[in-house]
Amino acid sequence: MKIPLIYNLRSLRARPVSTLTTAFGMALVVGVFVAMMALSNGFRAALVSTGSPDNVMVLRKGADAEMSSGLSRDAANIIGGMPFVARGTDGRPLASPETFVVISYQRLGGGLANLVVRGVSPRALEVRKGVRIVEGRLFAPGSNEVIVGATMARRFANTGIGETLSFGGRDWTVVGRFTAEGSAFESEIWGENEQLMPVFRGQVFQSVTFRMQDPSAFDGIKPTLESDPRLYVDAHRERDFYENQSLFLGTILKFIAVFIAGVMAVGAVFGAINTMYAAVASRGPEIGVLLTLGFKPRHVLTSFVTEAILIAVLGGALGCLFTLPINGLLTSTTNWNSFSELAFAFRVTPGLLLQGLVFAAVMGVIGGFLPARRAARLPVTEALRQA
Amino acid sequence: MKFARLVWANLWRRKGRTVLTLLSVAVAMFLFATLRSVLTTLAASEQVGSESRLVTRSAIGITFPLPEAYAGRLAATDGVSAVSWANWFGGIYINSQNFFAQFAVDADTYFPMYPEVRMPPEQLAAFMQERTAVVAGKGLMERFGWQLGQTITLQGTIFPGDWDFTIRAVYVPDNPSFGDENFFFHYDYLLERTGRFVTPGWFILRLGDPSQAAAVSARIDEQFKNSRAPTKTETERAFQAGFVTMWGNVAFLVRAIGTAVFFAILLVAANTMMMAARERVHEVAVMKTLGFGDGLLSALVLVEAVLITGVGGLLGIAGARLLFGATRALSSILPGFAVAWSTVAFGIAIAIGLGLASGAVPAWQAARLSVVQALRRVA
Amino acid sequence: MALVEIRELSKSFYRDSQEIAVFHGVNLNIERGDFLALMGPSGSGKSTLLNLVAGLDAPTAGRVTVDGAEVTGMKARTLAAWRARHIGFVFQFYNLLPVLTAFQNVELPLLLTGLSKKERREHVMTAMGVVGLTDRAEHYPRQLSGGQEQRVGIARAVVSDPTIILADEPTGDLDAQSADEILTLLQRLNDEFGKTILMVTHDARAAERAHEVMHLDKGVLTR
Repeated sequence: MKIPLIYNLRSLRARPVSTLTTAFGMALVVGVFVAMMALSNGFRAALVSTGSPDNVMVLRKGADAEMSSGLSRDAANIIGGMPFVARGTDGRPLASPETFVVISYQRLGGGLANLVVRGVSPRALEVRKGVRIVEGRLFAPGSNEVIVGATMARRFANTGIGETLSFGGRDWTVVGRFTAEGSAFESEIWGENEQLMPVFRGQVFQSVTFRMQDPSAFDGIKPTLESDPRLYVDAHRERDFYENQSLFLGTILKFIAVFIAGVMAVGAVFGAINTMYAAVASRGPEIGVLLTLGFKPRHVLTSFVTEAILIAVLGGALGCLFTLPINGLLTSTTNWNSFSELAFAFRVTPGLLLQGLVFAAVMGVIGGFLPARRAARLPVTEALRQA
Repeated sequence: MKFARLVWANLWRRKGRTVLTLLSVAVAMFLFATLRSVLTTLAASEQVGSESRLVTRSAIGITFPLPEAYAGRLAATDGVSAVSWANWFGGIYINSQNFFAQFAVDADTYFPMYPEVRMPPEQLAAFMQERTAVVAGKGLMERFGWQLGQTITLQGTIFPGDWDFTIRAVYVPDNPSFGDENFFFHYDYLLERTGRFVTPGWFILRLGDPSQAAAVSARIDEQFKNSRAPTKTETERAFQAGFVTMWGNVAFLVRAIGTAVFFAILLVAANTMMMAARERVHEVAVMKTLGFGDGLLSALVLVEAVLITGVGGLLGIAGARLLFGATRALSSILPGFAVAWSTVAFGIAIAIGLGLASGAVPAWQAARLSVVQALRRVA
Repeated sequence: MALVEIRELSKSFYRDSQEIAVFHGVNLNIERGDFLALMGPSGSGKSTLLNLVAGLDAPTAGRVTVDGAEVTGMKARTLAAWRARHIGFVFQFYNLLPVLTAFQNVELPLLLTGLSKKERREHVMTAMGVVGLTDRAEHYPRQLSGGQEQRVGIARAVVSDPTIILADEPTGDLDAQSADEILTLLQRLNDEFGKTILMVTHDARAAERAHEVMHLDKGVLTR
């Protein structure tokens, strides 16, 4: 960098309006990009963090979601008895045979929403490390008590502790509220599997989730389960299962983010090119002087590209700033694998902000290159004459 | 019109700049047309369901089936003139990326219920005669390159195993929002292969008198209220609308993005117009000396700005309409996706507004420019 | 009554709330058919006087009447239209619009009239003929020499047949030969076509070509 940066900074300050309008244009592009990515990442994170890499989820063979799966009580017992299933302090398997149904329920503020009701083993909290009761207590075995996910509780009526929820032809008392590290579980209602099973689908579980004694042994566990003649199942690492669920909508969201930001970026880059051409045009004599002083054309090129990057990064930083307030904002969509409502938060991460800045810098380079090349190729005499 | 040459000459003073600005407006309006078409298509798909048909499903949840015996009781309900039913199959074709909707339908009653689903009568007849036959949408046929008579295999998820189907009929919907990527087969096939283990997912009822929809719905739900399988009945339109709202607040998202795009491009266009105006301060002063009035000079600036954004907008919107008209880029996700004429009109109005807004400041500056100062600045 | 009557005209401006007078109480009559040169050192206010006559600037006091119309009393809106009809302005730096051809530049003032395209064409070609540039009609300003540019500028000033031609240092940017041609042209306009001309210049040789020379110095106008 032969031509000092201060020269570019001063030049930018000399024409604040066009610098700022261009930067604001970039800011909006970066802002939209970061916001959309935050949406996509938030959605993905909610689903991915639902699954633990230490757990195995067993479904009926061919079923691609819990909803379409079914496992008999015998199958659940066989799976729980396998040697690779981790054991609790009492020596019993850390496995949770679960029922899974999606019900229609009245949402706060009107409208029906689809809601997951999961019947879990009382040991589910030991199997799923991330799930914590933050208020109240776990349901008592054998009772019609339920616990509610924290985000679900905010969006539906009668979810306070001691209140009563009615579904499946019965009344259920809410005795606890739980969090699950922002995952999809927080959008669910949990009750005891033995209580929920008869209410909806009869004598069948939808899945069995168990903790592995040795998480690295999954590659051996999977074929063991799937080839067991007594079972007719697929085994998934729990994390992979949920990651797959996020694939469809996650990919759509990411595509939208990239498509929209890409299209907007084209416009913003045109704006930057315009601005930089004007900058070059109005500074012919200056460029002439620089060249006369002995600066090489490539120094001039670097200098003008740097100036474009400065504008772009200024805009990028501004755009990132715009998006900070949406971090943590809750929104919801449908998890199309279960047709149920899934609440999740926008995730604006430092890495994402960095991506935004890099994106801005790239726009700056593209927008600055042609004008900078024109500046660098300007014959000295013509440049000096231009005033 | 006699000033056209002047405006034209000014437009091409800096070719590169005019073209770039025009293109950025075009790009923005392309995006606008795409985004708004998402909204109009969603709105249209909320309208796809008929007001003269009711859908009865389980009140417990969308995935809970209803007893087949309800068919008779529904048909006997006052105000209902016909009953059919269907079930969601949820099979996978080769892999889960190839998603499309598959319905097991009671063929005898289903297609008479849906006159908007058009297919040649001989194909329908062939379908009716074969247990494993399928009616597939034209779009679906094109998407996978299927031929009439071809046998395809779906892997069941809800209903395990490999399922073979033979395509015997291809339909084209009257209303594009109905979607041409659906797949219909015989409910009886499902019933037999599962050992009579299935019951209908939902019932579709035709109303004798559409104005009675609310009353009939209430009557049905009341009838099953205390049974083991209570029902929820609503018009098909409301039922469809429920699915659309499940996407979440798409409208808000689209509007937020649209606004950001608009302002980003407004900045680009305004910046261009201001740069153009700054270069021409001197000339504007000269023209004032020649007797050009303030209003006329402002108007010329505005016309120039509107020309850039208007032509850019036209380009972007026409481009979107042609592109989405010629390809089926988004119609798998959004059946019937198309750029409506209202979007074209609205987009052009926005483009013109964009021009007026971006030209406003320079036009105002031109009007209040002091000749004496402007001429002195250079001289 | 003189064509241009300047009565007790004063112009001052403010710098840091201090009033600085350019000139004070100037009186001048310009008769129809006159060719008057106004001389003075730079900063003497001769261009300001020209601008006041053209209605481009407002005086501090006094009034200017052109052909019976009081310029100093006109509203901004009517001034532009009045200027289009009555004033032909020739600039030191020609001030042609670079994006228009010579023809289009000359046509510019006619766009403000109700003339048809055909009539405009006739007028333009007449004016181009007077300045001797009919063969350069389709050239752009950058393709012309300084002297030619100024001749186009003059054609533009006369094309609408204005009441008076105001020329602000018309030879200030030209070499001796071109300047001579321009002055000859102005003389011809005055002699042959009876045009009233007020020319500001600081070049004594240019001033010689006028009927009459006035000097403006330190705010005082002398003959």
